[in-house]
Amino acid sequence: MENDQDKILNDVTSGEYKFGFVTDIESDSIPAGLNEDVIRLISSKKKEPEWLLEFRLKSYRHWLTMKMPTWANLRIPEINYKDIIFYSAPKQKIAPSSLSDVDPELIRTFDKLGIPLEEQKHLTGVAVDAVMDSISVKTTFRETLAEMGIIFCSFSEAVKEHPSLVQKYLASVVPYTDNFFATLNSAVFSDGSFCYIPKGVRCPMELSTYFRINASNTGQFERTLLIADEEAYVSYLEGCTAPMRDENQLHAAVVEIVAECGAEVKYSTVQNWYPGDKDGKGGILNFVTKRGICKGDDSKISWTQVETGSAITWKYPSCILRGNNSTGEFYSVAVTNNHQQADTGTKMIHIGKNTKSTILSKGISAGFGQNSYRGLVKVLSKAEGARNFSQCDSLLLGDKCGAHTFPYIEVDNPSAIVEHEATTSRIGEDQIFYCNQRGISTEDAIGLIVNGYAREVINKLPMEFAVEAQKLLQISLEGSVG
Amino acid sequence: MDYRPEVISKMSALYAAGSGSFLKDSPELFNRYRESAFEDFKRLGIPDRKNEAYKYTNLETFLNYQYQEYYSPLPADFREAEKFHCEVEDLDVWNMVLLNGFFPNGEKGLVMLPGGIWVGSMKFAVKQFPALMEKHYNKYVENANDGLVPLNTALATDGLFIYAPKNTVYTKPVQIVNLLHSDKDIFVQDRNLVVVEDGAQLSLLVCDHALSPQHFLTNTVTEVYVGRNSRFDIIRVQNQHNNSGKMTHTYIHQERDSYASSNNITLHGGLVRNATWHHLGGENAETHSYGLFLADKHQHIANFVKVDHVAPNCNSTQLFKGVLDDNASGAFNGRIMVHKEAQGTNAYQSNNNIILSENARMDTKPQLEIFADDVKCSHGATVGQIDADALFYLRSRGIDAREARLMLMFGFAHEVIQNIPIEALRDRIDNLVHQRLRGELSRCASCAIQCN
Amino acid sequence: MKDNFLLQIKELKASIDNKEILKGLNLEVGYGEIHAIMGPNGSGKSTLANVLTGRDIATVTHGSVTFEGHNLLEMSPEERAREGIFLSFQYPIEIPGVSMVNFMKTAVNEQRKYHGLEPLSASDFLKLMREKKELVEIDSALTNRSVNEGFSGGEKKKNEIFQMAMLEPRLALLDETDSGLDIDALRIVANGVNKIRRPDTSVIVITHYQRLLDHIIPDFVHVMYDGRIVKSAGPELALELEERGYDWIRKEADVSEESWTTDQK
Repeated sequence: MENDQDKILNDVTSGEYKFGFVTDIESDSIPAGLNEDVIRLISSKKKEPEWLLEFRLKSYRHWLTMKMPTWANLRIPEINYKDIIFYSAPKQKIAPSSLSDVDPELIRTFDKLGIPLEEQKHLTGVAVDAVMDSISVKTTFRETLAEMGIIFCSFSEAVKEHPSLVQKYLASVVPYTDNFFATLNSAVFSDGSFCYIPKGVRCPMELSTYFRINASNTGQFERTLLIADEEAYVSYLEGCTAPMRDENQLHAAVVEIVAECGAEVKYSTVQNWYPGDKDGKGGILNFVTKRGICKGDDSKISWTQVETGSAITWKYPSCILRGNNSTGEFYSVAVTNNHQQADTGTKMIHIGKNTKSTILSKGISAGFGQNSYRGLVKVLSKAEGARNFSQCDSLLLGDKCGAHTFPYIEVDNPSAIVEHEATTSRIGEDQIFYCNQRGISTEDAIGLIVNGYAREVINKLPMEFAVEAQKLLQISLEGSVG
Repeated sequence: MDYRPEVISKMSALYAAGSGSFLKDSPELFNRYRESAFEDFKRLGIPDRKNEAYKYTNLETFLNYQYQEYYSPLPADFREAEKFHCEVEDLDVWNMVLLNGFFPNGEKGLVMLPGGIWVGSMKFAVKQFPALMEKHYNKYVENANDGLVPLNTALATDGLFIYAPKNTVYTKPVQIVNLLHSDKDIFVQDRNLVVVEDGAQLSLLVCDHALSPQHFLTNTVTEVYVGRNSRFDIIRVQNQHNNSGKMTHTYIHQERDSYASSNNITLHGGLVRNATWHHLGGENAETHSYGLFLADKHQHIANFVKVDHVAPNCNSTQLFKGVLDDNASGAFNGRIMVHKEAQGTNAYQSNNNIILSENARMDTKPQLEIFADDVKCSHGATVGQIDADALFYLRSRGIDAREARLMLMFGFAHEVIQNIPIEALRDRIDNLVHQRLRGELSRCASCAIQCN
Repeated sequence: MKDNFLLQIKELKASIDNKEILKGLNLEVGYGEIHAIMGPNGSGKSTLANVLTGRDIATVTHGSVTFEGHNLLEMSPEERAREGIFLSFQYPIEIPGVSMVNFMKTAVNEQRKYHGLEPLSASDFLKLMREKKELVEIDSALTNRSVNEGFSGGEKKKNEIFQMAMLEPRLALLDETDSGLDIDALRIVANGVNKIRRPDTSVIVITHYQRLLDHIIPDFVHVMYDGRIVKSAGPELALELEERGYDWIRKEADVSEESWTTDQK
């Protein structure tokens, strides 16, 4: 039995990455390396206003004084910033004003990824901003949304068309000095999505950004800014893939969310960057800073992430619960297989009164994968009545992987109630036997059990993507048990 | 401003000035490690809050202080210590008193108890059991990132030695009373070794008291070897005043089929940090780490635990609880580490805390690191208040709110105390905790010495 | 001066989180009487038990409750208990680390102190425990454990009755004491209550079903609906409820309020 399982484990964990193709399209890339001239070049290519260039330069100068963080439970290959191309855009003659202007090769690429850019073909009720390498290719349903006052466009367009909003909120949640990778992003960020939901508007469709790295040797540094004004609601989803390449590629994104009084933001991620091959060669180095602030009373921010890709994942989507009665949520499934490493979790900072947070983290380790949960729950002295519940479970498939839990709990208010629970286990042989006895193969049984294990989190995803995520989970793991 | 460079240079001066005297007075075995240990100390420095193990513990107030004496007690002090008696009804122990980390009665440096267990001074032990000391001294400590441990190796000149040879069983607990008494502010370094050989059994009770109001800081390193199929229990009752700081580093190394438990009961102390390492080095071993603290005023109490599952099929539990009042702060830093080879591990960890006041603060970091897959591990941590439903239940039976609160706190604490393996001692500690919760002096009724 | 009633509730209104649960409830319980309060889920039965025992989940917004002529609402939960109000909880809470013996000893002696009596000596107390244990047929081992810790559902309910025996209340509130009990446990619990009762002890049985009332025979049965007592009668009402369910009560109770709406249709 044990041997059978090992065999199945090997079979399925060597499954191929589906999205590893390269699009053959000419790129407008700048030379590799980073200095102030490169930053000026990026800024001028994007025809940015002076204040934004200043922001970039200020960030860059600060970045030079910083060191790469080493506290995470990760073995990170050396990143040589001289070899990275910091700006690469698929070449298009003119800015596309309608779909017919978009290079057909790009449309085909996104079709292949299951992200049609033609609105009629699209899943109903989902608006997409498609980003390849450094720029946004196409944003669908813009007009429909604009009628309700919702702004959903690429970051570059937002800079041009809504400069005051961008200036007001940019770096208001993640300051340019925040951390090594966020500071780097602040200096060189290329494109990303911008979204503003006006007062009292419930966004009628899922907003989604699809990120694709295509060009080789490039880093991707997108920046997303999402603002929900008073009593607004939005559900937002991002997906990501990259071609299979032998070298590591750096992805250092920043996401900022602002929720005003009574606003609610649901942010979901299905992260499927190329994880590297089964020997650990190549793959995306995913260093991401995601943070939201519940600025107003009764606001709510909810992070859901399904992390199956990347060679290394380093991200801690967090909530600053400043408004009274505000709520933060974090639901995560992280899978590490082969030689993948993940150090991920969240921070819940309770500042306002009666703030609540919930953390549910499910780690799955297989192959030689190393999976760490790292989370902070901090209750400040004024956060009367704060409440947190955290549950962090780890599942081990095989005996060469590792699961680690590093929760930090800091409580400075006597009325707070903070609870943390964690378990680590493997799939029980009796569970598998039970399934076998009902005629289910071991491989299917493991699929069932893993999906059951992750269900609580998957269920938090918007319906359209839950099925997708479930499949993804199965592909990256099916049947692995030791 | 960083106070630490100054303390390190002060220590260096002390080390240089004192090295003549303590090199002369100490056995070669101790001196052999001093030089490199002091280098380690200088390299590692005094841990600050950037050190993960000290993230929530600031040593500054206690380390950045002008202690007048560092090494030897004055002969006059012994007379005071000899007055100390700890006679507890129903608690039948063999009792020994240490003063500022030294043995008051120099001549009887090492005694054999009925059953063949040896208790006494480290210095004497080196003479009597050279091979044994050679084998175990300084073998279980981990110096990787805490400068205070090598500081102890560099400066300590004596401490407690207990040796339970193969298959010896001493039915009574051995009680060590650590007294701090001086007319000077002193910084004490004591170094202890406990060897429990295959098939032997030993339980050790260590009580810490500060008798004079001076400032004290104690830096204790204890190494414990627990042989095959043997059993070792250690219970610490810490009851010092608020000018006194205590840092313990206990390394328990276990062989196969062995059993060990550690129970740290902290009733009083300005700064107390207990670090306990449990190294499960042989198959089928079992280890338990317990801790309870009751803190008020400006006290800071920290527990650091690391359970290392190196061998397969071992079991471990950790249960640590704290009650915090006034401006007190507490920290828990516990880690279960399951190595690749340690299949069949069962490991549990639990940390629960009650905060009673506006200004009290608790930080906790329960951690799991697991590299084997056939394991059952779980941990939980809570920070909160007295359960409102339980409080109402008691009040609905006619118990007044204050009394009900005390009962619940006592019940909360008792869950740790109930794991003390000696019944008479359990009752006595229950009693001390009761007094402490009521804000009375936690002093044994029969004690002649007025501590606190 | 002895009041005519042991307990008198007048126009009681109470809310939880600003939602009114009790909407003007009236009830009078005389000495030595057994009252059953029945009603569908959510009618406010447990809230009534909370209000009577002083649990601060519910806020009283209107009305009065007197116990032997004293204003009950002004008293703390423990004072009410010492005055002789006992609640058998629907879900008795587990209190790890607090031993049953210590818990009961404290409760008994606090009550004695309140009534100007000397505390019981350790041996008298243990003797009392033993007697009462026998009386309510509770397993001796249970009292050696922490309060309710690891008890089965039935054991918890028996433990409630044991505590009632120890504290000898004037007014016992049995909140869904029959839920989760098998036939044998139900009989033991009911017999316990009957044995403990002195002639002037009153009981309020809050229950869903008739079956407990086969053993503890009520003098009065009240039906509670939407925060009020909507029907009161003798024990035969319980049987009727058992047979016909609550729907007819619901209709009867709603008629006055909703007939107008019905007419509009």
